[in-house]
Amino acid sequence: MKLTVDRLHVTLDRNPILREVSLRAHKGDIVGLVGPNGSGKSTLLRTVYRSLRPADGVVRVGEDDVWTLSPRTAARRTAAVLQDGGGNTTGLTVTEIVALGRAPHHGLLGRDGAEDHRAVAAAIDRCGVRPFADRDYASLSGGERQRVLLARALAQIPQLLVLDELTNHLDIRARFELLDLIRATGITTLAVLHDLDLAARLCDHLVVLHEGTVRAAGPVLDVLTPQLLGDVFGVRARTERHADGVIRITYAADALADGDGDGDGDGDGETTAESLPSTGTAVRRI
Amino acid sequence: MIVAISIGAVNVPLGDVWGIVLHHVTGTGTAHPDPALDQIVWNFRTPRVVLAALAGAGLAVSGAVLQTVVTNPLADPIVLGISYGATLGAVLVITLGGGAALAGLGVSAAAFLGAVAAGALVFALGQRRGRLAPTRLVLAGVAVGYAFLSATSYVQLQATPSELRTVMFWMLGSVAGAQWGQLPTVTVVVIATVTLLTLFGRRLNVLLTGDESATALGVNVNRLRAVLLLLTALLTGTVIAVAGSIGFVGLMIPHLVRLTTGADQRRLLPLTALLGAVYLVLVDLLSRTLDRPNEIPLGILTALLGAPFFLWLLRRNKALD
Repeated sequence: MKLTVDRLHVTLDRNPILREVSLRAHKGDIVGLVGPNGSGKSTLLRTVYRSLRPADGVVRVGEDDVWTLSPRTAARRTAAVLQDGGGNTTGLTVTEIVALGRAPHHGLLGRDGAEDHRAVAAAIDRCGVRPFADRDYASLSGGERQRVLLARALAQIPQLLVLDELTNHLDIRARFELLDLIRATGITTLAVLHDLDLAARLCDHLVVLHEGTVRAAGPVLDVLTPQLLGDVFGVRARTERHADGVIRITYAADALADGDGDGDGDGDGETTAESLPSTGTAVRRI
Repeated sequence: MIVAISIGAVNVPLGDVWGIVLHHVTGTGTAHPDPALDQIVWNFRTPRVVLAALAGAGLAVSGAVLQTVVTNPLADPIVLGISYGATLGAVLVITLGGGAALAGLGVSAAAFLGAVAAGALVFALGQRRGRLAPTRLVLAGVAVGYAFLSATSYVQLQATPSELRTVMFWMLGSVAGAQWGQLPTVTVVVIATVTLLTLFGRRLNVLLTGDESATALGVNVNRLRAVLLLLTALLTGTVIAVAGSIGFVGLMIPHLVRLTTGADQRRLLPLTALLGAVYLVLVDLLSRTLDRPNEIPLGILTALLGAPFFLWLLRRNKALD
């Protein structure tokens, strides 16, 4: 299902957090949301999974404004995996946590049926959590937990996935496993990612948020220009598609782009010079 | 329960108890030849045991739900100030309302109103930006509790010694005064709210995942908290109104059940109700027998048993460090 965010304004305690934010994800797209801390990424996600009502603008999942949907209807379309999304679930087993994904499909009197068991079992298998399905969630490692939470999201049978820093604190193999899993689902995804390399690898498109506004949006190579990496993230780096087809970011030896690191030039002038030129690459503003 | 009815200041043979209860419930069989025994069993012991079971179930389930609502394993009706609201209501009527004249329904109604008032106050103070914030709820509960407690203490200063004795007994909690007349209301409220709260089990499970995740799972977190808080205030208020302020049941029982059957609320709440009922019937039995023929108020025993449990829980629960 497609996601359309149109001229969104969000204020918290009278402080503007998001201004004039628009973005679009077509059906099946994986859109990465990147930007420095405090740029408004998580806030934007909250408006998508219907936790925060925008002051102005709309979020549409499919054709509908999420605020015209009931909480349960919205949750049948959109599933979210959030930071510390396990909460205080000590005492619940992995299977019980995954089964929480069926909650939006039931009213007060609803009982688990065959369809629920099927969805839960499928999500458990897909995310590879079967081996520890009967264990207490609290006893799992970070990578295992994230897979459980992703399984819970898949048990919702969503048409839009919202992911907030899914791969944080995970070891490198666990990160790649999760990325593969998400790609394989084919579900439209909006993912906040801290790691630009992972973002470049996973996403079809990137949206760069900076101080509450969209700085750039489009295909990865068009967006992550040296100019933007310098302006928004304060680092010297360049982005290239390598011979194996993977887009990688190379950070300069003197990677800090904020003035005072400039003069030292500890011998390696080459990379620095190379990453500096500000070619006004075609960055689509929306 | 039959065993609990048979034991007391006067022991009644089990068979006789069974006969008397059966006779009254079904109307079959013959009345017991000894009217005094019949009186003891049917008019004193039975309502008291039934009330102990209902109170235990109600308080335990209140505790379990409140622990989830405020995402704090130490929450119970006392921590959230609801019990103290009820106490103030009751003590006001006992001392200012002319004591015996207004006792009975008067005290119960006042206790109930006190509980609901405290619940509403905590509810109002526990909001932040229009949302119910768990930590704020707990702090508001503690503050409101102290305020009601100090008011209660002041009122007690005005009490006559005989009123004070009633107040003390009431504050410590007891089911000794149970009468058949009180039971229908309590029964209906306890069974209805416990059933309703159990129906909310799936959503309570979702609430365990934290507010943001729960919202993403289609739960209107704010409304759910409000509904649950009101239901528990109703439940606690009703129980405290007739049985006084009995502590630690709401804290202890849910944790014991969680340890054995896990935290799925759809299992947890019915089992908590059951264990709470059994527990308070047993504690009431102790309260009648330990110091025969005198009675030890229930609250003293639940605190005596509950405090070590509480400390053990603190040591065991790493999440609290």
